Amino acid sequence: MKERLRYRNARNLVFKFFVIVFTLISVVPLVLLILYIFKQGISVINWNFFTSLPKPVGEIGGGIFNALVGSLLIILVATMMAVPFGVTTGMYFSENSRNWVYKLAHLSVDVLQGIPSIVIGIIIYLWLVKPFGKFSAFSGSVALSFMMLPSIIKSTEETLKLVPHALKEASLSLGVPYYKTMLRVVMPAGISGILNGVILGVARVAGETAPLLFTAFGNPFLSLNIFKPMASLPLIIFNYAISPYDEWHRLAWGASFILVSMVLILNILTKLTEKRWKVQF
Amino acid sequence: MEGTILKTEDFNAWFGSTQVLKNLNISIAKHKITAIMGPSGCGKSTFIRCINRMHELNQNATTTGKIYLDGQNIYEQNPTILRRHIGMVFQNPNPFNTMSIYQNVIAGYTLNGYKLNRAERDVVVEESLENAALWDEVKDNLHKKGTFLSGGQQQRLCIARSLAMKPEILLLDEPTSALDPISTAKIEELLFGLKQSYTIIIVTHNIQQAARISDFSAFFYLGEVSEWDETKTIFTNPKNIQTQNYITGRFG
Amino acid sequence: MQLQVQQTRIIRRLKIREALFHKTLSLSAIILIILLFCMFLTLLVSSLPSIKALGLKFIYGNTWDPVSGEFGALSFLVGTLLTSLLALLISTPFSLTIGLFLGEYYPKGWFSALLKNAVELLAGIPSVIYGFWGIYFIVPIVRSLEMKLGAPPIGVGIFTASLVLSIMIIPFSASLIRLVISMVPVTLKEAAYSLGATRFEVIRYIIIPYIRSGLSAGILLALGRALGETMAVTMLIGNTQALPHSLFATGDTMASVIANQFTEATGKVYFSALIEIGLFLFVVTTIINIIGRNIIKRFES
Ligand SMILES: Nc1ncnc2c1ncn2[C@@H]1O[C@H](COP(=O)(O)OP(=O)(O)O)[C@@H](O)[C@H]1O
Ligand SMILES: [Mg+2]
Repeated sequence: MKERLRYRNARNLVFKFFVIVFTLISVVPLVLLILYIFKQGISVINWNFFTSLPKPVGEIGGGIFNALVGSLLIILVATMMAVPFGVTTGMYFSENSRNWVYKLAHLSVDVLQGIPSIVIGIIIYLWLVKPFGKFSAFSGSVALSFMMLPSIIKSTEETLKLVPHALKEASLSLGVPYYKTMLRVVMPAGISGILNGVILGVARVAGETAPLLFTAFGNPFLSLNIFKPMASLPLIIFNYAISPYDEWHRLAWGASFILVSMVLILNILTKLTEKRWKVQF
Repeated sequence: MEGTILKTEDFNAWFGSTQVLKNLNISIAKHKITAIMGPSGCGKSTFIRCINRMHELNQNATTTGKIYLDGQNIYEQNPTILRRHIGMVFQNPNPFNTMSIYQNVIAGYTLNGYKLNRAERDVVVEESLENAALWDEVKDNLHKKGTFLSGGQQQRLCIARSLAMKPEILLLDEPTSALDPISTAKIEELLFGLKQSYTIIIVTHNIQQAARISDFSAFFYLGEVSEWDETKTIFTNPKNIQTQNYITGRFG
Repeated sequence: MQLQVQQTRIIRRLKIREALFHKTLSLSAIILIILLFCMFLTLLVSSLPSIKALGLKFIYGNTWDPVSGEFGALSFLVGTLLTSLLALLISTPFSLTIGLFLGEYYPKGWFSALLKNAVELLAGIPSVIYGFWGIYFIVPIVRSLEMKLGAPPIGVGIFTASLVLSIMIIPFSASLIRLVISMVPVTLKEAAYSLGATRFEVIRYIIIPYIRSGLSAGILLALGRALGETMAVTMLIGNTQALPHSLFATGDTMASVIANQFTEATGKVYFSALIEIGLFLFVVTTIINIIGRNIIKRFES
């Protein structure tokens, strides 16, 4: 009996040890990854890196100005398209449930969230690139906006459901029309939650490469015309990473560093909005 | 009755298939305080939420019958517009948490898109807060958020918000049940002062409160008005056995 | 009279706006449904030339030769399954222990908070960066491993792709597993503890059986992720259109072949065959997603 107890306790300890060790091991790649990008990226970064265009093969230096501008522009346009649509859909979800539109639309959001990004790229190519015969930043934005939608819709729905019913009643009892109550009382009360979803969505697509391959396509020059091909950070990383030139690899490391920093900052931003939103009620 | 402002006629209300108000026929006197009493679940809240047509916002909620306000059936009017003439104060204070005290008071105007200039706004805010007996306590903090006030102050802010719209009727649904005795006394006092210019319908759980402040009382039982009369009469000479039991504290 | 007219106008305007608002909301939900349906339809219609021309040979054929017009996707199917399953195999022990660590052993405390954030960060790093890092960091390691094992030291291949893929899906499945572990009723665990069970026994005999369905859903959803993962795999798998003969061999997945060949696909059937691969991915991940989510939902209630 005593023997048995000792065995059981030992087994318990061994398992705990095993859990801790495995957990610690899984943190290792993260640390390695971050350190590696930091190490490789930081040496590339200087003022010139931000403000100049990539140089042709064989020339030293150059920067990622076009990709930086392109990424920001593509994401901005995507956000501008996804936010209104996502918020109205999320609002519909928060106000209606159990009817067939709700169920089917909810299923659509889940499905959308699961579609591989490369498949979204194909679809948008077929919708917006092939018919017009040219790649465009705009089609890239559309692809990314689809990928942002689920997080915007879901956080809008969840936040608005959390807004106290009493607030809505207070407004309605003042004779404020329903639409104004939703737009000017309920939505402001949940604004940081919605914002949280938007930032989450931006963070999700900021590094997406696959859906841009056949849409925004990339561009070695600076372009501000959203109906033309445009460079972007993830695309430049991909193209330079698989190229055989060391100088391009250096640029890709710098771009990776910038991209990871952006994602990191967006991550922290979501944490902050999450906190504020939780304190509010 | 002399000076009736509101009158129900064969009024019924349902949640889905359960009937919660049955054949209501009752008149409310103008510029008086009417107290609605009755055991919990008897339909008091539902009744006053029918008066400003908030009841129908619930899913599957329906009504039949008529409610006349100044001789006009409110169920033939636009509910949104109607609510601008009928103020409502809820059980738990619900100031708009994103707005300052000042903004809360004039919320009915701003949210409805009424244009007031600065001076007019100031007048409305001061007047309403005075009427709600809150002005002296908040006049130096008008631009702070309303949520940092005490519960009683928040409730008076909500009253001020309703009064700002100059409603014909003020509905209060157990406005003091979440408050301490001192805040309760303050609100009772202020309601007493308000009846010169407003018709007040107050749902209360508290028999003493009804006796203290109301001119008329209605006693609800299982969705029916089992008795309504002048408060004096109800408390001294109730005709109905349920009423008698209730006010003597035998149930509810 | 004037007032009456004005009042009627106000009410009319109000009604129109209310109706417009409600229409806008329900319209967005309906548009979303239609868009999703159109996505599927687009893929289906654009795959038709290939479906007609190739039929079932598309699935069992393993020759992918645009020059001769033969398009058998078997090697990509195998490549996808192999990398995804291998990645699951490598990652599951880690996700499970992280789930146990955060959900059962140390739900609170600064280290757990740090770990949770780290895991979230890991999930947020773009795929293309994992790929790039893999080329520089993992490939040399695998190459030296291959040299020791006597395999051709290519570095890239199925194994390398799976390894990086497994790192990428750990955060996702770990957070799902943590979620289901945290949903085990405390009373159940306390009952076992009061009978003198050790923590290991509680995990082994109470928690694991309780979360079995949730656990399988978590793994299923992770598989859905892995199947469609594109960039890192494309950069690390070696891009060879042939059946892989060993774990260290190069290959291609469905996603990687699309990424590599889509923009240069000339010829109707070639182009259409790539879209058919996309359709296949769409359908498979959708089914996996719906099943996985339903299991989790049922588990939650
Ligand atoms: N949202 C609702 N859905 C269904 N039934 C309700 C709802 N609200 C109240 N009821 C029912 O209607 C009846 C009257 O409720 P209410 O008017 O709130 O009573 P009171 O305010 O007198 O306590 C109760 O039996 C209650 O259960
Ligand atoms: Mg009530």
